[in-house]
Amino acid sequence: MEPTATLKRTPFHRFHKDAGAKLVDFAGFEMPLRYAGDVREHQAVRTCAGLFDISHMGEFIVRGVGAAEFLDRALTNDIASTTPGQAMYTVMCRPDGGIVDDLYVYRSGDHFMLVVNASNIAKDFAWLRDQCPTGVSLTDRSDDTALLAVQGPKASDVLRGHVPEPALAMPANRFVEGPLFGVPATIARTGYTGEDGFELYFKSGDALAVWNGLIEAGRPHGLEPVGLGARDTLRLEMAYMLYGNDIDDTTSPLEAGLGWTVKLAKPAFTGRDALARQKEQGLTRRLVGLEAEGRRVPRHDMAVESGGRAVGRVTSGAYGPSVGKAVAMAYVDATSAALGAALEVAAGASRIPVRVVKRPFYTHGSRRAAG
Amino acid sequence: MSYPEDLRYTAEHEWARLESGLVTVGITSYATEQLGDIVFVELPELGRRLEAMKAFGTIEAVKTASDLFAPVAGEVVAINEALADNPALVNQSPFGEGWMIRVKPADAGDLKRLMNHEAYAQLIEEQHA
Repeated sequence: MEPTATLKRTPFHRFHKDAGAKLVDFAGFEMPLRYAGDVREHQAVRTCAGLFDISHMGEFIVRGVGAAEFLDRALTNDIASTTPGQAMYTVMCRPDGGIVDDLYVYRSGDHFMLVVNASNIAKDFAWLRDQCPTGVSLTDRSDDTALLAVQGPKASDVLRGHVPEPALAMPANRFVEGPLFGVPATIARTGYTGEDGFELYFKSGDALAVWNGLIEAGRPHGLEPVGLGARDTLRLEMAYMLYGNDIDDTTSPLEAGLGWTVKLAKPAFTGRDALARQKEQGLTRRLVGLEAEGRRVPRHDMAVESGGRAVGRVTSGAYGPSVGKAVAMAYVDATSAALGAALEVAAGASRIPVRVVKRPFYTHGSRRAAG
Repeated sequence: MSYPEDLRYTAEHEWARLESGLVTVGITSYATEQLGDIVFVELPELGRRLEAMKAFGTIEAVKTASDLFAPVAGEVVAINEALADNPALVNQSPFGEGWMIRVKPADAGDLKRLMNHEAYAQLIEEQHA
């Protein structure tokens, strides 16, 4: 991107400025990096509730006879098995098994909504359009859709009285359509933090009513606005993927540990043959969780070594406020990927001792079970 | 934005204060705002000889890391031990309790080569123009 290119703004831009957020360029959008501080915002989500503007993400609507079959072929997970009101996490692969994107699919009565990464909106849309059969319509609604996430153990307390009652009772990966502070919305029990919470989709034109409603309703419950900084530490503690860091066109879902989203039993989907072959031949590298022993933090793109020999590369790394340690994810040779393996991360001239540990790093979240 | 008048500044956002022949070094409030919450400060051992504008340590924030650069050449005569247990002091009080090292300068005159508070404030303004 040209450095002079104009950054896109979400409908909540003015609220971020008023709240004193530090704004940064993220995927071509001017987004809040932090408000009160990364650790404070992170802890607000773990203990009370946080409010995230994630309107930069993309929303596509897929509709028509054959929509389910189309998506079942384009995506790796079992889309055909979903029922209205269900949300499903999946990846979308290239024929060679590389990941085009990771996304959420929401099935409604007569259509599907696909929620994709902001950085991939144009790429994903073109990718899907090229495979879209006649009779199925694919529409990009990213620009007129606002998306806020309310995440944390108090999330349902914040929303009580402002959403239909069934929304508060539903398990994870379910959603309802209904009024949110009086405006039409899709209310989903999904998120990217490991805590209970909701993702709220509505028209950009209703942004003011919903933002002000949430801030007001959230005040007695400790709701705080949360920026991309804490969003990253929250998701990293859960070992959730960040496209462009942990997964991309050159990594396979099997290597990334996303094999559970790849339904090789399906007769046909893009990438199936390559992934089936990869599974049969065995993986040469794996994405692993690393916990640092010192207080230095492994960071994106640092080399991973074993006895002085390069065995991989860090994809994401940060200090995890809730685990009290520096944690990271890295692709390493399969021979170095065993739990407990002692490795080193090269940080300039120094070496950070790390150990391969189980993912997720944080296991005490309030996230509900899926249903 | 204004910065303390009694300090000298580097373009890498360290500050230096000359007192009784010793130079105290820290990072500016601008630097801490850019870094976010600081979780670890790696400082040199006592007695280490620093070269001007060479790295003397590392600062780890939640989201990012940054090298620390020596404003002047000299010998490390003190480090701020309090930062080991409470690195957040740097965020809370960058020009005070969040100081990092004290250096016996090879030549105290070297401080004159650094920016004064007005030049530093202008640098920050230009970076944000």
